[in-house]
Amino acid sequence: MAYPENLLYSKSHEWTKIEGEEAIIGITSFAQEQLGDITFVELPEVGDTLEVGDEMGSIESVKAASELYIPVSGEVIAINEDLEDAPEKVNESPFEGGWLIKVKLSEEPKGLLSASEYAELVANEAH
Amino acid sequence: MPYTPHTAEETQAMLDVIGVRTIEDLFADIPADMRPKSFDLPQGLSEMETCAYFEQLAGKNKTGLVSFLGAGFYNHYIPKAIDNIVGRGEFYTAYTPYQPESSQGTLQAIFEFQTAVCNLLEMDVANASVYDGGTAIFEAMMMAVRAGRKRKKIVIDESVNPIYRVMLDTYTDNIDIDIVVVPHTEGLSNVDALKAAIDADCAAVVVQNPNFFGNVQDFTDLFEHAHANKALGIISVYPVMQSVMKTPGEMGADIAVAEAQSLGQPLSFGGPYLGVMSCTKKMIRQIPGRIVGRTEDVDGKTGYVLTLQAREQHIRRAKATSNICSNQALCALRALIHMSLLGPEGLIRTAELSMERAHYLADRLTMIDGVELLNDAPFGNEFAIRLPINAEEAIEALMDKGFVTGFPAGRYYEGMDNVLLVACTELHSFEQIGVFTELLGGIL
Repeated sequence: MAYPENLLYSKSHEWTKIEGEEAIIGITSFAQEQLGDITFVELPEVGDTLEVGDEMGSIESVKAASELYIPVSGEVIAINEDLEDAPEKVNESPFEGGWLIKVKLSEEPKGLLSASEYAELVANEAH
Repeated sequence: MPYTPHTAEETQAMLDVIGVRTIEDLFADIPADMRPKSFDLPQGLSEMETCAYFEQLAGKNKTGLVSFLGAGFYNHYIPKAIDNIVGRGEFYTAYTPYQPESSQGTLQAIFEFQTAVCNLLEMDVANASVYDGGTAIFEAMMMAVRAGRKRKKIVIDESVNPIYRVMLDTYTDNIDIDIVVVPHTEGLSNVDALKAAIDADCAAVVVQNPNFFGNVQDFTDLFEHAHANKALGIISVYPVMQSVMKTPGEMGADIAVAEAQSLGQPLSFGGPYLGVMSCTKKMIRQIPGRIVGRTEDVDGKTGYVLTLQAREQHIRRAKATSNICSNQALCALRALIHMSLLGPEGLIRTAELSMERAHYLADRLTMIDGVELLNDAPFGNEFAIRLPINAEEAIEALMDKGFVTGFPAGRYYEGMDNVLLVACTELHSFEQIGVFTELLGGIL
């Protein structure tokens, strides 16, 4: 499985795309595969201020529900409203159309993994 | 003792398998001083003695009374077919379907019940039911607090059934929720005061229709105000009356709950009751309890399933929005059969007859010198009157004559010792109403 090189990853399987002072966040292809068919995504509200590691919502599939944790600190400036009617986009396109939220960073992201480090983590988890 | 789960031989065989000598050995891990000294149970009785004992207890009940008592629980007619249908072994079981999909009949009954509730209250979604009307209000409050995230305040109208408000206090004793009670005005909800209490910390406003004093109000405007302030509207209703009144759905309520005893459940010493919960589609992930959905299997055959289980504790663990996995299945089935047998017309007729009787009774009672209605607002099948004497006294005096006068409002409301709540249903005859009026007039 290939993980885009231009993204940063967290151990709880979120990806972060840094764009200057902003970041887009989603869940990885591995995470959506583990969850199965996604039926509902609960996201924070625009304007919410979150600290790294805070719960930013939850994601439900036909067989499970998991919390989503924010990998960076900042203020939510956009959420992917398409997911309300089409949560399956997270399965279909986890790194693109299935993005979750966009934040304005309040501090430099720390402790995130590179694509190769994350691939190693996944390889270990899969065993 | 006829009930013997295990013979001595069976018990010994089990102990042998486990590898201990006596039952006492099984409890060896519990120090002797931590064990109960005695279970304080009386000696066993024979079947005959047991029956005699309970008959003697039952004999203490007053029976054959003509009752005008309501206060949230009403003596409506229950079609005889209900007992017959729910008495079938397939339904009349204590078994909770742990493999729900293999209990298609049970699931279909719950699905149809949910559908009937949604139709009656004009809401999008209903659950399989909860214990009773008070639990339903509490769970609705918790839904609002979860949905409102940081909002911890619940504004509740004082004319919501005080029996339930006591329950809410108990339930929320150790929860970080601030319940703000907005006083009623002569038995009516003070909508302006309710609106004023809704602020940025308010998760929901809770009202009741008809309210505890029997009065009917339209809360559309209140719910609009709540929504404008990002709070939710919760309403507790009397199901039978919803057939003729503006429904929670029409008023724009987010969550509608009810005690559905009035739908086919007998008044038997305070239970079992039936809590109904319904909400808008937007709130579906917050609703507790079981939800049954209808789907198709791989062959295109209709099948019923428990759905949206990600809300539930066996999946979401500590984060579950539902920690009620049982429901009042048999009571819900009774309610469903009741609604099915009466149909929409029957329910409307029940409500109309009950209201007609109550309005006739109110007219008669207010002809008695010193008796007046608490307020001039519209009411359904229950109303509050002011007496020239203490309401408890009036109740006591008529009890000996075989009449239950009503509910003394002073039991829960300060300064209302002379206020009596009186209810009618379709079961009250004009003759009973006449006799009741004469008797009450006679003691005043």
